Amino acid sequence: MEILIALAIGVLFTVGVYLVLSKGLLRILLGTTLITHGVHLLLLTMAGLKTGASPLLGEKADSYVDPLPQALILTSIVISFGVSAFFIVLAYRAYRSAGTDDVEGARGEGHE
Amino acid sequence: MNNLLVLPLLIPAFTGVILIFLKEYVKLQRIISAISVFVNIAIAIMIVYQVNTYGIQTLYMGGWLPPYGIVFVADMFAALLVLTAAVVGAACLFFSFASIGEERERFYYYTFFHFLLTGVYGSFLTGDLFNLFVCFEVLLVASYAMIVLGGTRVQLRETLKYILVNVISSSLFVAAIAYLYAATGTLNMAHLAVRVAEAGQGGVMNVIAVLLLLVFSLKAGLLLFFWLPDSYSAPPQAVRALFGALLTKVGLYAIIRTFSLIFVHDLGVTHSLIGWMAGATMILGAVGALAYNDLSRIFNYNIVISVGFIAFGISVATQDSLNGVVFYLMHDIVAKALLFFLGGLILAASGTEQLRLMGGLIRRYPWTGWMFFVLALALVGVPPLSGFAGKVMMVRSGFGEQHTALSLIALASSFVVLYSLIKVFQQAFWGGEKNEEEIRPLHYKAMMAPAAVLFVLVILMGIGAEWVNGYVSQAGAVLADPAAYINAVMKE
Repeated sequence: MEILIALAIGVLFTVGVYLVLSKGLLRILLGTTLITHGVHLLLLTMAGLKTGASPLLGEKADSYVDPLPQALILTSIVISFGVSAFFIVLAYRAYRSAGTDDVEGARGEGHE
Repeated sequence: MNNLLVLPLLIPAFTGVILIFLKEYVKLQRIISAISVFVNIAIAIMIVYQVNTYGIQTLYMGGWLPPYGIVFVADMFAALLVLTAAVVGAACLFFSFASIGEERERFYYYTFFHFLLTGVYGSFLTGDLFNLFVCFEVLLVASYAMIVLGGTRVQLRETLKYILVNVISSSLFVAAIAYLYAATGTLNMAHLAVRVAEAGQGGVMNVIAVLLLLVFSLKAGLLLFFWLPDSYSAPPQAVRALFGALLTKVGLYAIIRTFSLIFVHDLGVTHSLIGWMAGATMILGAVGALAYNDLSRIFNYNIVISVGFIAFGISVATQDSLNGVVFYLMHDIVAKALLFFLGGLILAASGTEQLRLMGGLIRRYPWTGWMFFVLALALVGVPPLSGFAGKVMMVRSGFGEQHTALSLIALASSFVVLYSLIKVFQQAFWGGEKNEEEIRPLHYKAMMAPAAVLFVLVILMGIGAEWVNGYVSQAGAVLADPAAYINAVMKE
């Protein structure tokens, strides 16, 4: 199972990096989201995918899963959700202001 | 257990939330903001006093003892930085009153301001690596909004780049945290220090350490500062002052904390890498500071040089140099804010950022001129002023520890700082007046007041260096010997 998820993380990172390196603003934005997803999966997998009861003392099981990665991922998802939302609005605003979503025009030399 | 430690977070966070509901009442927003920052200074002073009297203070959130739960730690280093940040934050607030304009004030400027401070204080006080990430994000999200507030094309463009760089680096931060959690099974910094010492800092640990260094360097502008000069030029002067003074310093704080507490067992790899990066940063920053002829870029490259300089002190890593790092960091927060305040005053007086369009301001604004001159000397490190003590401690132990080349670069970078700032002084304040119509800035006196306060602080920190050093050396002692920190956090 770890191998499978490791592959998935690799694919997410590859696609994400490819998209971030492209010219369109929307693609870059999607790229960052995919990289963030890859990182969340990484966080889940790196602690080891254990099988066991949910971490409640009442379960009286032999083994429990580690609750910390879930807590971290939850926090991280909330943050990346907020930042992505802001990023999307900003990209839209920049598109309206510049008339294009091509980041070549974002270099901005000389004329200020 | 000391509940006082959470107040530097709660007060600005609550203030920010309250201000959201007072959108239309600008006067009221200002009053509440002012009260909030002054209360914060008082609390920061109390924290410094308590750390000084009773040793390192800790707060276990919800009573969960480490390694479980979130812990807040105030050692002398964190406490001093919280105090400095609180003072500079208050000065920036009063500078904003005079210069930011009602339009921005009505669009939640002060809310973002307080959220940014929340993130800064949180990063200084937290004792948990993931919590550090969260506090970083709080301050970054606030800083995104503050850069773009106003919505001109330059701001939109620079914010896009700034966000992109920070989103990627934050992703890498979480990835580094994931690796670290897998390798050690904990994220509490004191516990991490224990675990890394037990496991030995071998190959995997070094990879993680370098990944963390990369992330923090992106935030601090250490070597990876390509985004900094443009992004910091986009917003108005009050925001630039806040960013230049505090944002890069939070990244530096993270580097210092991680590489003085956790990864201290293989100095040959991590600290010599920091040394290389510091040298390159100082050289490249110097090139930038010499190359440009506009106010904001010269100042921004001066930020880069000082980041490199502080990193040089970290890489030397002796007790003496760490004392110097703490001292210089405090000096730099105050002095950089003052530099941008004076930049704002020059901008208001001359109406341009281009040096070649300025001239002769000293006749109309003698105080600004001479304050700028003295500040330039302070930033270079001329003896009675605040930059001197820290610089001497770092360079002295740099030469003592056979970091001769780096120390020479550090000294040479001081000359570049001197040259670039004197160039500004000469072109802006001397010579004939260049602009035809007389610009009468509206709130010149109100902008002058916070600058004057920081100016007095720069001089006092220099003259009272002996007294400040009493506190600074306590901070340096904990950085040089993390056992005190670990014991304070991990005690039952």
